[in-house]
Amino acid sequence: MSEIIELNREIEKLQGAEDLFFACYSDDVPQNGGVCVKYKNEQIAIFNFTRRGEWYATQNMCPHKQQMALSRGMIGSSGEECEPKVACPFHKKSFSLKTGDCLTGEDYKIRIFPVIINNGKVFIEVKSIG
Amino acid sequence: MTKKNVIVIGNGMVGHKFCEKLIAKSNEFQIIVFGEEPRIAYDRVHLSSYFDGKTVEDLSLSSLDWYHQNNIQLYLGDAVTEVNRTEKIVHTQSGRTQNYDYLVMATGSAPFVPNIPGVEKEGVFVYRTIEDLDKMKAHASKCKTGAVMGGGLLGLEAGKALLDLGIKETHIVEFASRLMPRQIDDAGSKLLQGKLAQLNLTVHLNKNTSAVLGEKKITGLAFADGSELALDMLVISAGIRPRDEIARLCGLEVSSRGGIVVNGFMQTSDESIFAIGECALFNSMIYGLVAPGYEMAEVAASFLCEGDKQFKGFDMSTKLKLIGVDVASFGDAFISEPDCTSIIFEDTHKGIYKRINITSDGKQLLGGILIGDAEAYNMLLQTVNNKIVLPPNPEDLILGARGGESTVGASVMGLPDDALICSCEAVSKGAICNAVINQDLKTFDEVKKCTKAGSGCGGCVPMVKDLINGTLTENGMYIKNVLCEHFDYSRQELLDLIKMNKIETYDQVLDTFGKGDGCEVCKPAVASILASLWNDLILKQDTIQDSNDRFLANIQKGGTYSVVPRIPGGEITPDKLIVIGQVAKEFNLYTKITGGQRIDLFGAHLVDLPAIWSKLIDAGFESGHAYGKSLRTVKSCVGSTWCRFGLHDSVSFAIEIEDRYKGLRSPHKLKGGVSGCIRECAEAKSKDFGIIATEKGWNLYICGNGGSKPQHAELLASDIDSETCIKYLDRFLMFYVRTADPLTRTATWLNKMEGGMAYLKNVIINDSLGIAEELEEAMRYHISTYACEWKAAIENPEMRKRFSHFINAPEEKDPSVKFETMRDQVKAETW
Repeated sequence: MSEIIELNREIEKLQGAEDLFFACYSDDVPQNGGVCVKYKNEQIAIFNFTRRGEWYATQNMCPHKQQMALSRGMIGSSGEECEPKVACPFHKKSFSLKTGDCLTGEDYKIRIFPVIINNGKVFIEVKSIG
Repeated sequence: MTKKNVIVIGNGMVGHKFCEKLIAKSNEFQIIVFGEEPRIAYDRVHLSSYFDGKTVEDLSLSSLDWYHQNNIQLYLGDAVTEVNRTEKIVHTQSGRTQNYDYLVMATGSAPFVPNIPGVEKEGVFVYRTIEDLDKMKAHASKCKTGAVMGGGLLGLEAGKALLDLGIKETHIVEFASRLMPRQIDDAGSKLLQGKLAQLNLTVHLNKNTSAVLGEKKITGLAFADGSELALDMLVISAGIRPRDEIARLCGLEVSSRGGIVVNGFMQTSDESIFAIGECALFNSMIYGLVAPGYEMAEVAASFLCEGDKQFKGFDMSTKLKLIGVDVASFGDAFISEPDCTSIIFEDTHKGIYKRINITSDGKQLLGGILIGDAEAYNMLLQTVNNKIVLPPNPEDLILGARGGESTVGASVMGLPDDALICSCEAVSKGAICNAVINQDLKTFDEVKKCTKAGSGCGGCVPMVKDLINGTLTENGMYIKNVLCEHFDYSRQELLDLIKMNKIETYDQVLDTFGKGDGCEVCKPAVASILASLWNDLILKQDTIQDSNDRFLANIQKGGTYSVVPRIPGGEITPDKLIVIGQVAKEFNLYTKITGGQRIDLFGAHLVDLPAIWSKLIDAGFESGHAYGKSLRTVKSCVGSTWCRFGLHDSVSFAIEIEDRYKGLRSPHKLKGGVSGCIRECAEAKSKDFGIIATEKGWNLYICGNGGSKPQHAELLASDIDSETCIKYLDRFLMFYVRTADPLTRTATWLNKMEGGMAYLKNVIINDSLGIAEELEEAMRYHISTYACEWKAAIENPEMRKRFSHFINAPEEKDPSVKFETMRDQVKAETW
């Protein structure tokens, strides 16, 4: 039964999503790490949070010094709530993978995108990208 | 002589000031004033005092008598409706016509009322005129709850007004993420919010109002996020709209977003018409404060008297007491890195927040924010405006001068209070220690949040941690030195646990000894422990490595990498030099000789790294580990082979040592040096280990450091032979690897060691802990398992694949990488 529910969820997700972009295969992304994909003129970072069984996508640019680097950052968690996060490799500014909020006390915010995994493929919902 | 007619439209604060200024300057003008409001100009800045007892008379700036005595014709309650520019005549509501030579528009502004369904309901007010206040007063007697829409300066004033009207439950609803977004920053806002809460003012941020609820009367607000707030009355204070209608109607140049366009003389597009105050748009800016309005009045009055004063924009610095709380903002309050450095002091206990922004060279004050204690405002404003050169410790400006203490050894606790610890954020030792003591902080994260220390480049983090621990210890508190929030162990404890349990992966370590999902602190620390213990290829667990270790290269500005092949002892053949040159040319790399006698090649795209390394490895190079916390170089002087003073062959010994320890992963980078005589040309005593030739053998020095806190290495043993020297080095390095905290150089490690050099000597030379054999064995294991990481990486197609920027376009380089040219080489674009 749980498989059927899961399948239903997947279908709901796909139906609810708009403008899905096939980014890469799920095994292209290192476990507990990230890669960068190119979508039109945008760079999107995708994270395979194997430890939590979760996937996330954010803008690749770190807003601190406008460097295309977040996909190369380390992921982890922060606080009691175990907020999933990525730390930019340049100056270790950390961002929530769930909300895009900066967790190191600055005013920055990064864009986040819904990720859908289907049949070993990674899709990103790019409705919000121009 | 007939006087020239000057018509002033508007009798607000600025219009009135203009009359005062012009009268004072000349009697050649006949001034005629038309005001829309029924009252003579009054003080709008202190409007809320109307509710705590001030009368209309108290608020008035002048009297009818004054106008009369100065022969000014004043028509109140009669708005100008039309300006005929060709005939230079104005028409008013009551049907008056009046000709002018000069016309001054001081029409001010109107409160901005956003287009929200229901704003027309009873019980919704704006806050600008005494009439508005009278209406609020009449309504308020029946009200229990009220709110102000808008958390700006005026909105908070209005909030106070509601409190004064006896409304018990008052809310401030703000669209932005902080209060007073034009004057103060997030941290300041948080603090202010706390103060307001004590006064029963509840603040709601990030609230987008979608509707005003109620039938005829307001009963509440609905927000875009679905929440609602029940209310009996609402005051809208959502900004201002310049009153430029008459100007628009008569065809003067106005901005589409509101405001009459003026030049530096406050002249509009019609040279005989002027605009001053909140209706005027100078340099695309509306000045919504009274001080710049007064300055505009002065400029316009002076121009009519043939003066040449110009309005040059205005410092929007303000200091006010908001509901009993000092709030000041001056100069450039919001400028941030990299255009300046900020010094921030926050005391949530006392409710004080101070931020000053200084130039990166620390010489000048650019601006700042003061909340809770604005005593220093005037002095600081003076310092900004007069470009006064700052004292060597600019933090004294907000913290007051604090004397140093007597030094206690070489540890960080011995530094004077004004010693700069975090140079990115300009945080002194005193600021850090004070934060720890006064605000009861215990962890680095708390101190970082409070003082900003360590939030820039991170280079000072170990020092900050030492200061926190040192301060806590001095205050008699027990500190447990833990790695991060995910591990309740120190690095040394964790290393022992991993070693005893023979654990080889990060995930296992986290599952067994940690909690949560790890972070950028514990991942590389554990990676370093695993590498030190098992010397396995680090790319097998690439995602726990720092970015540099993950891609076996140093990430540089712009996101490209630098490549440093190993050049042991700094000795290189012409053929190898040629290869470096060829590779640099082929891949368009910038080349520079490093401080450690090697050659760094900068500007390599991630995708090019494997190709670059294949060429270097083919020519006999190996990884230089410049990217790792590991042995970098062993620098040497030319030694006895060429030098007429040389005692021993320092180059050969340096090469031997460098080859021995290459690839050794350690808590921090390691550097060595070998000098062939006492002249010490290799500067070996500034290294983690330095070897200097004597007549009888070598002197071995350890725990030196260049960098931000230089320290000479100390003598461990003298006149020893090469074999003994290596034996001691093996023990020393392994002991350091086993026991130091993450990112702690050998010098700091020694400084923190109880018993210091005497203890360390005992461990290394006399084997006081009985671990010498184990340490030597560990080093033998390291040497026997060494392999060049780059060779392994390029030979493995799976690993090679990771060196691409776009996973879905592996050949493509990062298009955002841009280079500039400097002295015939590339350089990264400035950020």
